Amino acid sequence: MLDAMPVLLKGLQMTVLITIISLAIALVIGLVFGLFSISKNKLLRGISTVYVNIIRGTPILVQILYIYIGIPAVTDIRFSAFTAGIIVISINAGAYLVEIFRAGINSIDKGQMEAGRTLGFSYGETMRIIILPQAVKRMLPAFVNQFIVSIKDTSLLSVIGIAELTMSGQSIYSANFRAFEILTVVGILYFIIIYALTLVSRWLERRMDVS
Amino acid sequence: MIKIENLKKSFGKLEVLKDINAEVERQEVVCVIGPSGSGKSTFLRCINRLEDPTGGSIYIEETDITDPKNNINKMRQKLGMVFQQFNLFPHMTVLENITAAPKRLKKKSQEEAEEIGMQLLKKVGLAEKAKVYPDNLSGGQKQRAAIARALAMEPSIMLFDEPTSALDPEMVGGVLEVMKDLAKEGMTMVIVTHEMGFAREVADRVIFMDGGYIVEEGKPEEIFDNPQHERTQAFLSQVL
Ligand SMILES: Nc1ncnc2c1ncn2[C@@H]1O[C@H](COP(=O)(O)OP(=O)(O)OP(=O)(O)O)[C@@H](O)[C@H]1O
Ligand SMILES: [Mg+2]
Repeated sequence: MLDAMPVLLKGLQMTVLITIISLAIALVIGLVFGLFSISKNKLLRGISTVYVNIIRGTPILVQILYIYIGIPAVTDIRFSAFTAGIIVISINAGAYLVEIFRAGINSIDKGQMEAGRTLGFSYGETMRIIILPQAVKRMLPAFVNQFIVSIKDTSLLSVIGIAELTMSGQSIYSANFRAFEILTVVGILYFIIIYALTLVSRWLERRMDVS
Repeated sequence: MIKIENLKKSFGKLEVLKDINAEVERQEVVCVIGPSGSGKSTFLRCINRLEDPTGGSIYIEETDITDPKNNINKMRQKLGMVFQQFNLFPHMTVLENITAAPKRLKKKSQEEAEEIGMQLLKKVGLAEKAKVYPDNLSGGQKQRAAIARALAMEPSIMLFDEPTSALDPEMVGGVLEVMKDLAKEGMTMVIVTHEMGFAREVADRVIFMDGGYIVEEGKPEEIFDNPQHERTQAFLSQVL
């Protein structure tokens, strides 16, 4: 049992690594498409809506297979499993973050934008200096929640052979047949990081309430 | 200083400003009065293009601000605006609220911006609140801070949209004092207000708006003591 731990911890490391890289990318996607979704430009709004609806309207497992197997079947584009995994988690989390950004920005009183513009700031400057700092603060709990969801989603990357936590567990019990014990440890490892994040999220929410 | 020609503004089918013509001279204080919904705010917001006019022209010091070729961000720096709801930035201290724009838009150094900021805070009687966040100010203090923030950009015109309407009665006086001081210093001001006493005392000219038109305008004594138009008389008899 103990000799399984190094492999599982490596798997956990991979899970966390993919989640962090993907969420960093997803943040950029979420911000950009979130700004699209509140823009006056119909085309930009349309692009954002289509993106969000497609991602939210299809299972993430299908998205994984699509990127890793579907696209290479008809084009010359090939991704390593690791890259494909990051792409899928990024665009998937990105779509949900679009909604979080949109709601966050819309929750800021529109007088703030007017006050900024009136001083002479451009739209972009007002967003950056006045709106986003306030919006991001309100978005933090929702962002941590998305973090949790994405961590769980990475377990599906086992289907394309990425040695993240779930896959690592599978590879161990397929050799030693102690599926129950191994999967229990896998579950506990997920639970620990997710529970820690839940506590962070609750703490943030409480702090938001106070201010 | 400001010249408004045939200004029109509609929101969809609703025609709010129908044909506004007005001029404001340098150092003049103009108060705009009129019933609720008559278009006073819309009129003021067109002057700095927070609302895009549907027709007509607005010249600020000879430059047409409705012309998309002119840089509206630059032009707005000349036009300070004070809102009924203050709209201070809650994530910045009072002093940061004031220095944010001069630092970034006028390239003032931190020290220089803060020095100007502190002077302005003294002027509006809030020097000891510099490091405080807006949430900890009373309504009247917020509005005086908002005035200081607008002044920090050294505007040549100040626009006020009912600056005292959201305040408890005992807070109104302090804000009006600050505005009177500004008027004495020769600031050009356009003030939408329900404070008739203040308008009478401070305004060089009073504009009465109703139904999307300027119905009547003149010196405060003329408008308040001897209104010519029936609608002006009806409005004043309600509010005085
Ligand atoms: N953004 C908007 N979209 C649609 N209608 C609007 C908008 N802004 C103002 N209006 C309408 O335009 C009319 C004039 O509004 P405005 O705020 O200019 O009046 P006002 O004279 O300032 O009134 P008050 O004294 O109540 O502030 C109102 O009927 C209002 O509902
Ligand atoms: Mg109004």
